[in-house]
This record gives sequence, structure tokens and C-alpha cells, in this order.
Amino acid sequence: MNEIMNLSADDATPDRANVFLSQGITSEIKISARIEEIFEQAMKVFLESARPAAIINDVSVPEFGQIYEGEGRNEGRTPVADIYPRAGNVALFAATVGEKVSAMIEGLFRSNDFAEGCMLDSIASEAAERVADSIQNTYSKYLYDKGKVNKSSGILRYSPGYCGWHISGQKKLFAYLKPEKIGITLTDSYLMKPLKSISGAIIAGPREIHKFKNDYPCCEKCDTQSCLERMQSL
Amino acid sequence: MDILMQISESLQKGDYGNVRELTMEALGKKLSPKAILDNGLIAGMDIVGEKFKNHQIFLPHVLLAAKAMYAGMDILKPLMIEEGIKTIGKVVIGSIKGDLHDIGKNLVGIMLKGAGFEVIDLGNDVPPEKFVETAKAENADAVGMSALLTTTMSGMKDVIDLLKRENLYGKIKVIIGGAPVTNEFAKEIGADAYAYDGINAVETVKGFIKIKQHE
Repeated sequence: MNEIMNLSADDATPDRANVFLSQGITSEIKISARIEEIFEQAMKVFLESARPAAIINDVSVPEFGQIYEGEGRNEGRTPVADIYPRAGNVALFAATVGEKVSAMIEGLFRSNDFAEGCMLDSIASEAAERVADSIQNTYSKYLYDKGKVNKSSGILRYSPGYCGWHISGQKKLFAYLKPEKIGITLTDSYLMKPLKSISGAIIAGPREIHKFKNDYPCCEKCDTQSCLERMQSL
Repeated sequence: MDILMQISESLQKGDYGNVRELTMEALGKKLSPKAILDNGLIAGMDIVGEKFKNHQIFLPHVLLAAKAMYAGMDILKPLMIEEGIKTIGKVVIGSIKGDLHDIGKNLVGIMLKGAGFEVIDLGNDVPPEKFVETAKAENADAVGMSALLTTTMSGMKDVIDLLKRENLYGKIKVIIGGAPVTNEFAKEIGADAYAYDGINAVETVKGFIKIKQHE
């Protein structure tokens, strides 16, 4: 599978509750009319300015091993290093909501419209995740259609910068995937531009391969422990 | 109602138009810019900070209040400079080298300005030398650093090491924050404090200034 997906902003529209949650507003809290208005306005700006796109390219497991090795800066023991050798299929991906949204966020902050800028930032972050979800779903469907996965399979994505996969791993990932085709570039410090972009590997295989005890060295420094929720979702 | 109280209340509501008008009205009544700042704008932001801490209001409300604060400050700032009135402290902030994420750092800057600090924002991807050179040249009270990635966090220690080499460690306080940063990490690298959000950063930097005044 080697595909570029251009999505509509509607396809990337994030869940309202998640956006408010990232602003510290849980679902039990009554949202004032003014905050609702800020959300609606920020969403309108997002829908007008977002250019969501994603790229995916499947690789063999040994090829991924070389890509995962990166610049040799991963931690000694990592979850991904234990997961991928047992995988059946791996694909590299990158997803973005485009540069214009970041420019709009900056503009709002410059004009002291902090609440609007911060809301748009939350929307864009959530939307980038939705674009990545979309490409993951496409890959899952492709694998199902080809009979490469079944109901007992587990498909999850992993990204450089997390779970002991050093951020410098972006270099090889980019060299192979070429996300520049959808406008994502890499800085010298291995960060992506546009900022609201996500990259990584989608790993498919028996569900059990994704389940691990979070006692890796990288887990000590991680305060999100979001892997637990991801594992539960399988 | 007292005009300063009205400014405080309008600010709390995020009514920036009203704050602007009332600030001008207060100046027309010959109230000093410092009195308007301290007893109107900052007093209002203090209440906003308390309400945020107590979960009575949330981030968007705080940011609306900050915009109102800026509306008042825009009027007062030139007058304060003219009268030689100093801010309560000076803080140099930035996202550490390699990090392009600046939303958290921006929020801290907004809150610090809202509390009456002078903030020099170096932006993102800031090299250690830039933090130290600026803090030294500006005679800053504190340096605030933010990182979103575990891989860029180590750059914070480089700034602290450089402050030590320049014999500025302890004189210029260091506060750090960002998603992967913890209190333990702050202690480990020798930072003076860790802040978990903008309001907490304001309280912490105010604490630095109090200590400095007693030294």
C-alpha cells in the first residue's frame, strides 16, 4: 500500500468533548454561552483553514527494523523493539492538518485573542489525531480486504519521540516515506512542520503483541501512561 | 461602585472594551497608573487566578480575562514608562532548543504579563546561550523554560549549567514546565522550581521575587 489521502476538513473534525477536555473542561461542567461561541468560532476557522492530508507506505518487517534503528539513539529496551518482530504487517505514515491552521493560531495570539487561539490550537491537535485515525482505518481495511488480519488481530500506531523510540528516528522514517509530498518537512531537531502533524508506524499482528508491562526504562519518564488505555482499546 | 473595583470586575468577566474605557476614565479622575494597575487590573487577575485554582473557572475564562488585562495595560504602559514605574519583576521565557511547541510557554507569558511582570519571550527553539545572554543583559529575575518532548528536556540542564559557569546560578532563578517535565526532573537538573500551569508559574515567580526582596 502506497497512498496519499487528501481529506476534507469535515473528515478531520475533532470530537467536541475532547477539545473541551484538553482545555480542562470535563463533560460534567456546564459550558457558558461565551465559551461555546469561542468554540464555534474556532471550529469555523478550522474548517476554513485546515488542509488535512496523510501518506502511508507499507514496509516489510525487516525493513521496518532498519528504519526503527534510526540514528542508533533509541533506548536499550523499548516496547516497539519487542513488538515489531512479532508483527505481520507494518506501514509508515504521516498525517497533518496543514500549515494554514498554525498560521491562524499564531495570528490569534498576536492579536491578543488568546482564548480563541488556544481553542483553535486544541482543535488542531485533536484533528491531527483524527487524520492519523483515518489513515490507520484505511490501512486496517486494506489488511482485512487482503485477508492479512482478522478479528483476533491488533492494529496500533507508534511514533518517534514516544515509548523509547528516539525522535531522531524521524530522519530514516522521512527518508523512506517522503512526507514532503503532502507538505510535511523535518527540522534539524527532527520536529515536523506544520506543527500539527503526526508520524510513525502502524503495526498489525496478533493482538497480544501490543500488550506489555509498562516497566520499560522509558515508562519511568512517562507521565501520560496512555499505552494502558491503548492496550485496553484492543 | 469604586472605579477600580469596576475595572477588576470587568476584567474578571473578560469585558476588554469596558476595561479599556474604565482605565481611561480612571486616568481622567487623576488616579495614578500604578494604582489602576495594582488595585484594578492585577487585583482582578488575582481573583481570576484564585477561581481557576479552585476550578470555578477554566482556561478560556482566564484567557478572556488576560485579554482584558492587556487592554488596560496597553493604556497604562506608556504612562508607566514615562513615570519610571518599574514592573514587579522581569522574566525571560522560551521553548528549549529543538522544541517548536510554544502554546504552553505562550500561556505562561500571558499569565506573567497579566500579573504585572515584564516578559521577554524568546520564542521557540531557543539555544541555551540565548537564554543566558538575554537574562544577563536584561538583568532578569528569572528564566522560564518549556519543553514538550522528553528528547528536548535535557536542553534545560544546559541552560542551568551555563548559568553556573557564568556565576549567575541562584541569582537568576530558573522555572521549568511542559508536558513531560516533573518536579523530580526540576530537582534533578537543579532548577529552582517546576510549574504545572500558567497560574502556578505566576505564584512561583512571585515567590522568587519575595525571596529576593528579603535577601
